[in-house]
Amino acid sequence: MNWLKQTIWSSIGKKLMMAVTGLAFCGFLAGHLAGNLTIYGGKSMFNSYAAHLHSLGPLITVVEWGLVFFAVVHIGTGLILFYLNFRSRPGRYAVNKWAGGRTIGSATMPYTGILVLAFVVMHLINFHFVDKGQTTIYQIVLKTFGNPLYVAIYVVAMIVVAVHVSHGFWSAFQTIGANHPKYMPLIMVLSIAFSLAVGFGFGLLPIFLWTVG
Amino acid sequence: MTKTISLTLKIWRQNGPGEKGRLETYPADDISTDMSFLEMLDVINEKLTLSGQNPIAFDHDCREGICGMCGAVVNGRAHGPEKGTTLCQLHMRHFKDGDTIVIEPWRARTFPVIKDLVVDRGAFDTIIQAGGFISVNTGGTPDANAIPVAHQAAEKAMDAAACIGCGACVAACPNASAMLFLGAKISHLGLLPQGRPEAARRALNMLQAMDHLGFGNCTNERECEAECPKEISIVNIARLNREFFKAAFFSDQT
Ligand code: HEM
Ligand code: SF4
Ligand code: FES
Repeated sequence: MNWLKQTIWSSIGKKLMMAVTGLAFCGFLAGHLAGNLTIYGGKSMFNSYAAHLHSLGPLITVVEWGLVFFAVVHIGTGLILFYLNFRSRPGRYAVNKWAGGRTIGSATMPYTGILVLAFVVMHLINFHFVDKGQTTIYQIVLKTFGNPLYVAIYVVAMIVVAVHVSHGFWSAFQTIGANHPKYMPLIMVLSIAFSLAVGFGFGLLPIFLWTVG
Repeated sequence: MTKTISLTLKIWRQNGPGEKGRLETYPADDISTDMSFLEMLDVINEKLTLSGQNPIAFDHDCREGICGMCGAVVNGRAHGPEKGTTLCQLHMRHFKDGDTIVIEPWRARTFPVIKDLVVDRGAFDTIIQAGGFISVNTGGTPDANAIPVAHQAAEKAMDAAACIGCGACVAACPNASAMLFLGAKISHLGLLPQGRPEAARRALNMLQAMDHLGFGNCTNERECEAECPKEISIVNIARLNREFFKAAFFSDQT
């Protein structure tokens, strides 16, 4: 199995791990967003969605631990790459200019990534590791977004996720080798569309709940 | 009638490898706009030599954009601001009277400065030695048309073969990665039937050599593609990735 270790630890191997885990997160985001949109359907619709989700039992646990594993791989590899890339240019340029390839998303991947991590930890404390015995998840969510500070944090966090994904989505396809003049333009458009959907889809929810709450 | 401009140059001076360098300021007066960038440096060097100072060391050879020897980062842009142009083919008409121009060497851990603007690009040779070739037995010259090559494949291979190994992609990459260079070489050889027998070994060995040398890791910033004087596309990096996955997961090579 020496070949596997060599493959995974090579530069392209590390990229492959970033791409596979990153795309899996994009899939998770799409599913999570679809579920959250039930909030617009009101209290009972959202609560029944949550009940439905939890009724899946062991399946949910498997997905949760899968996500944790993917997060460890994505974050661990991302930080290693960040360090290696920092090390590969010891002398900095006096003048730095973008030639037209870089975007705000691509230039900030490690920083937006770390912010997303911080947000996810807070998010889990807010809604996952809470006692749901006396109340419903809708009640908890509504109470949280009664606080304008939380509304602001969540909206900013969703913009950060959107920026991360605006580069990450197409970049993952390039990494796995799926770049062809026939369909790369479509992937580029999807990348923007997906990041907008994530930014607005998630970002408007706290504002909506704040106004109804 | 030739137009002349006057410029202020800030040029990286460094006496030798590992020594501390610094930007030094030189006036460049009455520069003809018909000159190339390197001819402008020649003029400065002549003046420096006449006044008993050390001339500025810079690499060059063909001065017609085909050898890959020249190159410097001009105002933060590899080979200067013009698209698809080597430094030797950049002309002074692209600058304005009174401009300040900062000239720095390629900067990467793998490209140590030898002197001033001259860097050691031996790391590229090490990558080529690891697999950037096809092995053929000597003997009679084979018939040119003996092996059929699809027109599209020939075109794409030629596009990749345009790489002159200048190193601008590494210099421009925020991660100092050599993936565009490697992608060009892997594509140039791998797209042709003559290159297929060694394709798997080539992909594995060249990537391993690149990684061991200490180049950075590609994060698809696309600065290389934007700065490459031969406009090599990152499609070649995607092809390199595919060739690597094919070799690593599906070939007999280890
Ligand atoms: C919702 C969560 C996240 C999603 C959907 C996501 C998605 C992605 C995707 C698709 C990529 C592109 C992979 C490639 O270029 O091949 C990527 C890259 C990256 N991610 Fe994330 N990510 C998330 C969270 C994080 C976190 C928590 C970090 C923490 C450090 C992080 C750090 C990075 C870095 C540094 C890169 C660039 C690596 C490279 O291009 O080589 N990400 N992400
Ligand atoms: S890919 Fe372009 S920038 Fe890189 S070495 Fe070849 S010609 Fe120079
Ligand atoms: S000197 Fe040969 S390419 Fe510039």
